[in-house]
Amino acid sequence: MARVVKVDRRDFLKVTGAAGAGLVLGFALPSGLVRATEPEAPFQPNAWLSIDSKGRVTVWVAKSEMGQGVRTSLPMILADELDADWSFVSFHPAIADPKYGNMGTGGSTSVRRSWAPLRTAGATARAMLVAAAAATWGVAPSACGTEKGRVIHAKTGRSLSYGELAGKAAGMAVPASAELKDPDRFTLIGKPLHRLDTPEKVDGKAIFGLDVRVPGMLHAAVLRCPVLGGKVKSFDADKTRAVKGVKHVVQIDSGVSVVAETTWAALKGREALSVVWDKGPNADLSSEAIHKMFEEKAKGRAAVARKDGRGLDALPEAAKKLEAVYEVPFLSHSPMEPMDCVARVEKGRCEIWAPTQNPQWAQGDIAKMLGISKKDVIVHTTLLGGGFGRRHLPDFVKEAVQTSKAVGSPVQVTWTREDDTRHGSFRPASYHVLKGGVDGKGHLSVLGHRVVAPSISEQLWPGSVKNGLDDSAVAGLIDMPYTIPNLLVEYVMANTPLPIIWWRSVYHSQNPFANECFIDELAAAGGRDPFEFRREMLAKDQRLKKVLELAAEKAGWGKPLPKGQGRGIACCPGFGSYVAQVAEVSVGKDGKVRVHRVTCAVDCGIVVNPDTVKAQMESAIVFGLSAALKEAITVKNGGIEQGNFDTYPMLRIDEMPRVDVHIVKSREAVGGIGEPGVPPSAPAVVNAIFAATGKRVRRLPVRPADLV
Amino acid sequence: MAELKLMVNGTSRTVDVEPDTPLLWVLRDTVGLTGTKYGCGEGLCGSCTVLVDGEAVRSCVLPVGQAVGHKIVTIEGLSKDRSHPLQKAWIEDEVPQCGYCQSGQLLAAASLLERKPRPTDADIDEAMADVLCRCGTYQRIRRAIHRAAGEVSHGQGR
Repeated sequence: MARVVKVDRRDFLKVTGAAGAGLVLGFALPSGLVRATEPEAPFQPNAWLSIDSKGRVTVWVAKSEMGQGVRTSLPMILADELDADWSFVSFHPAIADPKYGNMGTGGSTSVRRSWAPLRTAGATARAMLVAAAAATWGVAPSACGTEKGRVIHAKTGRSLSYGELAGKAAGMAVPASAELKDPDRFTLIGKPLHRLDTPEKVDGKAIFGLDVRVPGMLHAAVLRCPVLGGKVKSFDADKTRAVKGVKHVVQIDSGVSVVAETTWAALKGREALSVVWDKGPNADLSSEAIHKMFEEKAKGRAAVARKDGRGLDALPEAAKKLEAVYEVPFLSHSPMEPMDCVARVEKGRCEIWAPTQNPQWAQGDIAKMLGISKKDVIVHTTLLGGGFGRRHLPDFVKEAVQTSKAVGSPVQVTWTREDDTRHGSFRPASYHVLKGGVDGKGHLSVLGHRVVAPSISEQLWPGSVKNGLDDSAVAGLIDMPYTIPNLLVEYVMANTPLPIIWWRSVYHSQNPFANECFIDELAAAGGRDPFEFRREMLAKDQRLKKVLELAAEKAGWGKPLPKGQGRGIACCPGFGSYVAQVAEVSVGKDGKVRVHRVTCAVDCGIVVNPDTVKAQMESAIVFGLSAALKEAITVKNGGIEQGNFDTYPMLRIDEMPRVDVHIVKSREAVGGIGEPGVPPSAPAVVNAIFAATGKRVRRLPVRPADLV
Repeated sequence: MAELKLMVNGTSRTVDVEPDTPLLWVLRDTVGLTGTKYGCGEGLCGSCTVLVDGEAVRSCVLPVGQAVGHKIVTIEGLSKDRSHPLQKAWIEDEVPQCGYCQSGQLLAAASLLERKPRPTDADIDEAMADVLCRCGTYQRIRRAIHRAAGEVSHGQGR
C-alpha cells in the first residue's frame, strides 16, 4: 500500500526559483520533532534537492562519506520517490548548518535517519512537478504519472521533462500531503547501482582533507607531549627555524606547531624542536596498572543493568557451571588517512576544510573558541579517508584553527601515522566476568555478564552517567537477544586517563565478543552443538534466528571440513540490523591463525543498495578480524607504545579469507549497515579456533603463543 | 635547495627542493599532484605507491634525487580518461570504499600486471600484501585484478 504522509507547510524553509534557477526545495521533519537551535533556522531540514532547467537533479548530502556509500544511497532514496532519471542525479556535500539536522555520521544511522525525510522530500517535489504539468495541460494531476524524470499524461501520450517543468513547479503550492511509494514500486531502492563517487576514486581526483589546497596555505606539523595529558613547559625552536622552508613556530593548546612552506619542511622542523614537557599526572601510567584496576573493580560494586528471573541466584542449581574472564584491549581506529585539517582564520570569520564525521561539533567548538557566531564558522566536509568513529572529535580541527590564527595564513595541519596512533582517542579496553550454567537437559538456564570498562559517555559529558550505569557500555547485553530464564547484566565503570571515543560498532565490539564466546563454552559444557544451542534460545527473535540459520546453512554447518580446520558461529543484533557469521579457521604449528572463509548473513530490513550492503559486510569482517588477530594499544610511562603499522599491524590481502555475504529479503524498516557486521567476526573466529584446536582464547588479540 | 628535473606522467617538471625530500611530498606539495597519498611515511602501508620505470615504489621513502632521470607514473597518469583496464575493473567491481589507499592499490596492481599479465590469487596476494586497506576491500581487489587481466588478454584497452 502506498502511504500518504502529511506535509506541514510551515516546515518548508523555502520554495524558490524561476525558469533559470529551477526548483529548489528544502524539507524538514515535522515540527514537533525538531528543536530550534538558532533563530534564523527555526526548523531542521534533512535534505535539499534542486532540479535545474536541464533536468539535472542535485541532492545535498549532509552525512560524511567515509566509504560507506552515503553519497550514493542517500540520493537513491530521494531519487526513487522523485521518479528521477538516475543518470541525471548527482550529489553535493552540504556545509555545516543546523538546517540539515544532526549531520553527525555514526551509529550506522545515515540511511535510517534520512530515510523518511528524503523520501518525503522526493515525493513532495514529484507532486509539485506533476501539478506543474497538469496545469500546463489543463488536466487533473491525478491523470498524470511520472517515470524516469518525466511527467506523463497517459491518455494523450503527452509528456514533459522535469527540466522543462522545474521553473513552473517552483511556483506550485507545496502540497498538504505527499504519497510515498509502496516498496514494490521502488525503481532504484534495492538495486545494486554503481556508486556515484567511485570514478573520482580511481583517477586521483577525489579530494580528501589532505588534498585541500587554499591560496597562500602553509603546512604545519604539531609536536605533542608523548605522555597523555602532558603540556609544554618551554621549548627551543632555534634549530627548527634554521630548517629551510620553516616560517613560524607557535605554541598551541596541544603542543608546538611548526609551520612551513611544505609538509616535509614542517616535519623536518618538528624533528629539530627541543621541548621541555610538564608530563602531568599520568607519567607512570601503564597497561599493567590499568589491568590491575580492572581486576580490582571487577571484585567491587556493580550497577545492575538487567535482571531476568533470579539472575545469578539461580546458578547453584545449574547442572554444569562455568566461570570465565574475557579481556579486550584499547584499539586505535587508524584510518588510512591520518588526521588533518585546513583552516583559514580571518577577522571574525573562520573557514574549515576537514575530513570530519561531525562538522557541526567542530563548528560549535570553534565558534566558542574564537568567540564568534556559528554561522561565521564555515565547515566544508571533504571526503574522509576512513573514519570509524575517530573523526567525530574536533581535536585536529582546533589545531588547524589555532595555528592559522597564530600565523595569519591558511594552514593545513597534517598528522603523521605515529601522531595518529599515539594521540588518537581509542576504543576502550574492557574486562568481562562471566558466570553461567546449563540444566540437566543441556539448556542454558543462567547467565551473568559483568562488564568492567571505561565509559565513553562519562568522558565526553562528565556527570552524564547516573548511578554508575552507562547503558551504552552494556550494549548487546542489556538487549540480550537470547531468552535465558535467569540473566544478570552488570556494569562497573572503570575510567582511565586514555581518551576514548566510539570505534566501529562501539561496545558491540566487546560485549558480544565475550558473550558469544562464553555461550560457546556453555554449549560445549552441555554437550550441545553451538548452532542448535543458540537457535533454541531465539524463538523470541525471529529475525536473528533467521540469519543464524541462513549463515549456518550457507556455510554448510555440520558438514566435514579439511583436517585441522574448525568452524565457529556467532550472531548479534545491533544498529537496527541482524548479523550472523560462520568462520572457518586453522591454526599452524607456530600458533598462527589462518581464517579461510567467513560466511555472513544479514537482515538489515529494506535494502537501499545491496552491493553497498555486501561491501560493508566485507569491510566490517576485515575490521573485526584485524581486531581479533592483530590490534592492541598499550601504555607505558604514560605514553602509547605503538606508532606505525609495524607496531600496530592490521589485516593484509594475503590474510584475507573468502567472504560470502547473504542478504535476507525483508520489508522491515531500514537498518544500519556500517557497523553491525563487526561484532560477530571476533567470536566466530575464536569459537572456530576452539573447534579446530580445543583451545579457548579469552583475551584479544589472539596471540600465537596462546595456541602452541 | 637544488633544481631537479623530474619526468612525471610524461611531462617534464623542474622542482626546486632538497634532494633528500621524499618523492611523495614533492609530488603533493610542489608538483601539485595530490592523488598520491600519505599513509605512514615509512614504506609500510603502500598508499603512496607510484611507478618508477614501471616498478611499484613507495614514494614516501624515495628521496626525490633518486627519481631524477626515471619515468614516474602517478595515479593521475595511469590513463587520461579512466580507460586503464584496472580503472575500468575497479569501477565495475566497486572496489573503493573510502578510496584513500586506492591510488596505491591501483599502481601496485598495474605493476603486477606488467610483470604477470595473468596473475593467480597467490601472485596477487604476494604483490599486493604491502598495500594496506583499512576498509578491507581486499576481496574486490582480487576480483578486479582478475577482471582487468582478462581484459588485457583479450586485447581490449591499453
